[in-house]
Amino acid sequence: MQELLQYLFSGITNGAVYAVIALGFSMLYSSTGLINFAHGEFVMVGALTFISLSKGLKMPIPVAFAGAVAITAAAGLLLERMAIRKVRKPHPIVLVIITVGASILVRGVSMLYWGKDSHNCAPYSNHAPIDVAGATLLPQSIWILALTLLVVIGLHVFHKRFLTGRAMLATAISRKAAGVVGIPTDMMVLLAFAMSAAMGGIGGALIAPISMSSFDMGMNLGLKGFCAAMIGGLGSSWGAIFGGLLLGVLEALGVGFLSSGLKDASAFVLLLLILYFRPTGLMGKATVQRF
Amino acid sequence: MRTARNILFCAITALVICTLVPGLSWGKEPYKIGGIFSITGASSFLGDPEKKSMEMAIEQINAAGGIDGHMLEPVIYDDEGDPTKAVLAAQKLTSKDEVIAIVGPSLTPTSLAVIPVIEKAGTPLISCAAGIKITEPVKPLVYKTAQNDVLAVQAIFNHIKKAGIKKIGILTVENAFGESGKEQLAAQAPQFGIEIVLAETFGAKDTDMTAQLAKIRAAQPEAIVCWGTNPGPAVISKNVVQMNIKVPLYQSHGVASPKFIELAESAAEGNMLPTGKILVTEQLPETDSQKKVLKGYTSEFEKRYSMPVGGFGGYAFDGINLMAAALKGTEGDKAKIAANVEKINGFPGVTGTFSFSPTDHNGLGDDAFVMVVIKDGKWQLLK
Repeated sequence: MQELLQYLFSGITNGAVYAVIALGFSMLYSSTGLINFAHGEFVMVGALTFISLSKGLKMPIPVAFAGAVAITAAAGLLLERMAIRKVRKPHPIVLVIITVGASILVRGVSMLYWGKDSHNCAPYSNHAPIDVAGATLLPQSIWILALTLLVVIGLHVFHKRFLTGRAMLATAISRKAAGVVGIPTDMMVLLAFAMSAAMGGIGGALIAPISMSSFDMGMNLGLKGFCAAMIGGLGSSWGAIFGGLLLGVLEALGVGFLSSGLKDASAFVLLLLILYFRPTGLMGKATVQRF
Repeated sequence: MRTARNILFCAITALVICTLVPGLSWGKEPYKIGGIFSITGASSFLGDPEKKSMEMAIEQINAAGGIDGHMLEPVIYDDEGDPTKAVLAAQKLTSKDEVIAIVGPSLTPTSLAVIPVIEKAGTPLISCAAGIKITEPVKPLVYKTAQNDVLAVQAIFNHIKKAGIKKIGILTVENAFGESGKEQLAAQAPQFGIEIVLAETFGAKDTDMTAQLAKIRAAQPEAIVCWGTNPGPAVISKNVVQMNIKVPLYQSHGVASPKFIELAESAAEGNMLPTGKILVTEQLPETDSQKKVLKGYTSEFEKRYSMPVGGFGGYAFDGINLMAAALKGTEGDKAKIAANVEKINGFPGVTGTFSFSPTDHNGLGDDAFVMVVIKDGKWQLLK
């Protein structure tokens, strides 16, 4: 019982991070129809920038958090302006390959700047771990869950209530039609990139205190986030959250009841099963287009 | 008349040659020594200090007049931790650069990959990697300076046995280092009367190990042994403190660098691990035969590169000094060098005291590891 609870706590903590990353994939896909394989690198940039700002420059946590998210969003803007928009024939495959190239570039530059070592930083609040029926819950896990929830709600409100958010949705549904009614679609795509990268930055800043961050952490996290987004259904915010949590919990249970060697395997077997039986993901709409 | 002139000519030529030859001997051809290290890439924490230590050792030898009047000339290549690139580097060293000996590579897979190349060329090799397969079975040309995992496991188990602990849980990383550790832990436990109640693994890039630790805690071991390289073990140290697990935590020599304390912070307190003596040079008794070598290496390395010394550069430093000892009197004959290394006995190096034999090409005993505990963010020698 105590172990089960511990597996759940561990799974939900990891799952919430996967969820924020999945959210980034999902919102970019729903706005532009593009899968950004450099997304994991934005998570890495977010984590390392957060550490540099909070530990290196001794900024207070909220300022460092905002700074890390802003810098990551700026990286997303740069990617769109410098690489994506320049493509004359934006065939999905071409764009996907560009993002793969961008991920290698970002990783290399980060390695030069932050070095090859791992870095760490202090948790947001210095409380002792909370004991729940013999299982340990970290205060940082609560921070992660709370902030993830806040992000999802914020995103939801933005898309439903704000004119810009609705314009972004319109652009996603039909770029041509949105342009006809006077929506600056280029701006919308740019904004989607920035927001998606910001999600990555948030994910990075959230996990920086509980794990060790290094320049090569992005690939693994990006894959897990992508997996979560596919499981939940690409394009669905709630699906991303659900997929992330499900993935995290299943991984932890896989470690607990099967073997720790099967941790990653359980994630990818789940993905295969879902793609086979329900190719649009658990919460995706039936019409979602796939490559 | 003509004969007389010829004789005179011969005499003068002979005189000129005679006066020139001692001059020639001043500029004897240098001995080229090859180096293959993982200077960049994921294993740069090994290769970078190894390259620096090799260059330092060679400059020291040259400053002292070289070997039998020959200066040493390093030719160093970066294999980036890739066996294919290591093989290419070994081919270049043996055929193009024509080195007389090679130190490196840094890793077990890269070392195993270059062995066929150097055996074909007949060039002696001193590897800097830990894997036992490099020197077992013994190959005439292949030696290594890094401690075997066997010795590290022995050091931990000796300490566990002394503490009266019978049941342990182990947590190993999912890569070659962790696999080898897991194998050795399982193989040696029965000899020490220790039972492994649960063996779990973790991914090298995992961010949270509480699930594995919960499972281990449920199995109620009296100690936990973690086998990995940074950053995973630091996460485990933190998780152990957070979950309030009270049993002692042993780490492997894979985290024996200041980086581990920096990453795990206060959670590292009380962690015990086997390490080469270099981390606790100052605490060694004056009678220790390695103390002088260790002090010299540490102060020179820190002065030259203004970075703290770690446990890894010593593998290459020892490699060069062993080669230098074996080079004496060989005039660069590769077969003689390889045979001479085998005769080295009681050689105090940075990693340990080397005594090679026809059946042992690692040459280290169990004194190559000492157990240390982390106290107040510092390494403290355990007796």
